[in-house]
Amino acid sequence: MQTLLQFTIDVLSLGGAYALMALGLVIVYGILKLVNFAYGELIMVAGYGLFLMNGSGLPWLVMAAVAVLIAVVTGVLTEYAAFRPVRAKSVTAVLITSFAFSTILQNAALLFISPRPRNVPLPDLFSQTVAFGGILIPARNLITIVASIGLLLLFAFLMKRTVLGIAMRAAATQFRMARMLGVPANLIISTAFAISGFFAGVVSLLWIGRIGSVTPGVGLEPLLVAFIATVIGGMRSLQGAVLGGFLLAFINTALNYLLTQDLLQFRDAFTFTLVILILLWRPEGLIRGPATGQRT
Amino acid sequence: MLEVSDLKVSYGAINAVRGVSLRLSEGELVTLLGANGAGKSSTLLAIAGALKSSGTVRLDGTDVSGWSPERIVRQGVAMVPETRDVFPDLTVAENLLLGAYARRRDRDGVAEDRQRMFALFPRLQERQEQAAGTLSGGEQQMLVIARALMSRPRLLLLDEPSLGLAPTVVDQIFAMIAELKRQRLTILLVEQNASKALALADRAYVLRLGKVAAEGRAAEIAAASDLEHLYLGG
Repeated sequence: MQTLLQFTIDVLSLGGAYALMALGLVIVYGILKLVNFAYGELIMVAGYGLFLMNGSGLPWLVMAAVAVLIAVVTGVLTEYAAFRPVRAKSVTAVLITSFAFSTILQNAALLFISPRPRNVPLPDLFSQTVAFGGILIPARNLITIVASIGLLLLFAFLMKRTVLGIAMRAAATQFRMARMLGVPANLIISTAFAISGFFAGVVSLLWIGRIGSVTPGVGLEPLLVAFIATVIGGMRSLQGAVLGGFLLAFINTALNYLLTQDLLQFRDAFTFTLVILILLWRPEGLIRGPATGQRT
Repeated sequence: MLEVSDLKVSYGAINAVRGVSLRLSEGELVTLLGANGAGKSSTLLAIAGALKSSGTVRLDGTDVSGWSPERIVRQGVAMVPETRDVFPDLTVAENLLLGAYARRRDRDGVAEDRQRMFALFPRLQERQEQAAGTLSGGEQQMLVIARALMSRPRLLLLDEPSLGLAPTVVDQIFAMIAELKRQRLTILLVEQNASKALALADRAYVLRLGKVAAEGRAAEIAAASDLEHLYLGG
């Protein structure tokens, strides 16, 4: 019983973080049909933002909000500087630009800060534990669960109830038609990047809250996780991204519990084998979503 | 109201529209006929700003050539594409709401128009909470026409509204177009069903290989041309 509770909390907290990572990636993919490889770097810049504010004396929540804002602004700026000029040309051009931008940001962090891990300020709460139902749970896991479920609900509400949210969903399937109804292309694309940056910022807080420090390559794992989660869940739907995130967390956590110590080092091999099996069964992902139209 | 001159559209090396000129006056229903590949849809998309083109498009004297589609809608032009393009995972009500995107701040007006559309198409009211992708072809066609009307356009561009629909549904769609004409909406209609389109239209243009091959009053075009010849080219 206690193991089950422990397991559930582990899956929910890891899954919540994975779901947010995946949503940040798929929101841009839905609109532009572009896998933004610079997504991991949005997570990185928020982490370094937090590091640079270390010792500023600001309350942690203010620092956290600024860090998220940095990720949002970087997201929108990458769109303006890197993607907008080549957007109309070709998908390949945009894909290469996203790789280039990712490399530039990583190298900037290597050059101007350090290749070594840098500690970020975290509130004491992140390192405390809570006794619950006979088990000890790290408070940061509970924070992750509450924050991710809260954000997922808020996001679902905004996408269903606001005109902009409805327009974003429309543009993800029929971009040209949405424009012919007066929905401005640039507004939709900028909003997608802003939302992507927002999720990256929050993920950064939760992810770096787990590992305690930031490195230039900190965004790589979240990018990979987000990519796999969206592929399993279905690239075309937002629900798919969330489902994929939780499923991937379930697989990873289950393997952590089931595998013996010597097999645990091969956990990723087991995970990816399962991912391949899922894709053989459902090549388009678990949730297919509507047939998508063209990009810009 | 609409004046198109020397419009050209090309897809790579293929010239789909090669210098089309046409004009529509206020309240007129003009039909654009021609075989598949004659450049009808491309002409409509270019007017709506959704395709890159050269030549000039004037709306009430304003040169709107090269404007983005979102800007052209705000000038009062609504497009119903041949591909229909309902937003499949959005509900009928959400599809209609987006039709009014360009005037979304006029909430009372939008709500009023929605009721008007439901009066015009009772089927849509029954299905307003249903995902648009689950509607039948005819219902989807009604939805896209209603969606276009939600912007309160002054000019409606209708591309093949009868395509792939059952004969009874086609009759309903044409009855609806006749009603819109009676309300003095300016309409540019592209149609495969030439006899039905000519029966309703004031004037007609016939396109062949991207150029205007004939133009005139609908009755004259209907009398003068062998319609089969017109569609099979030659």
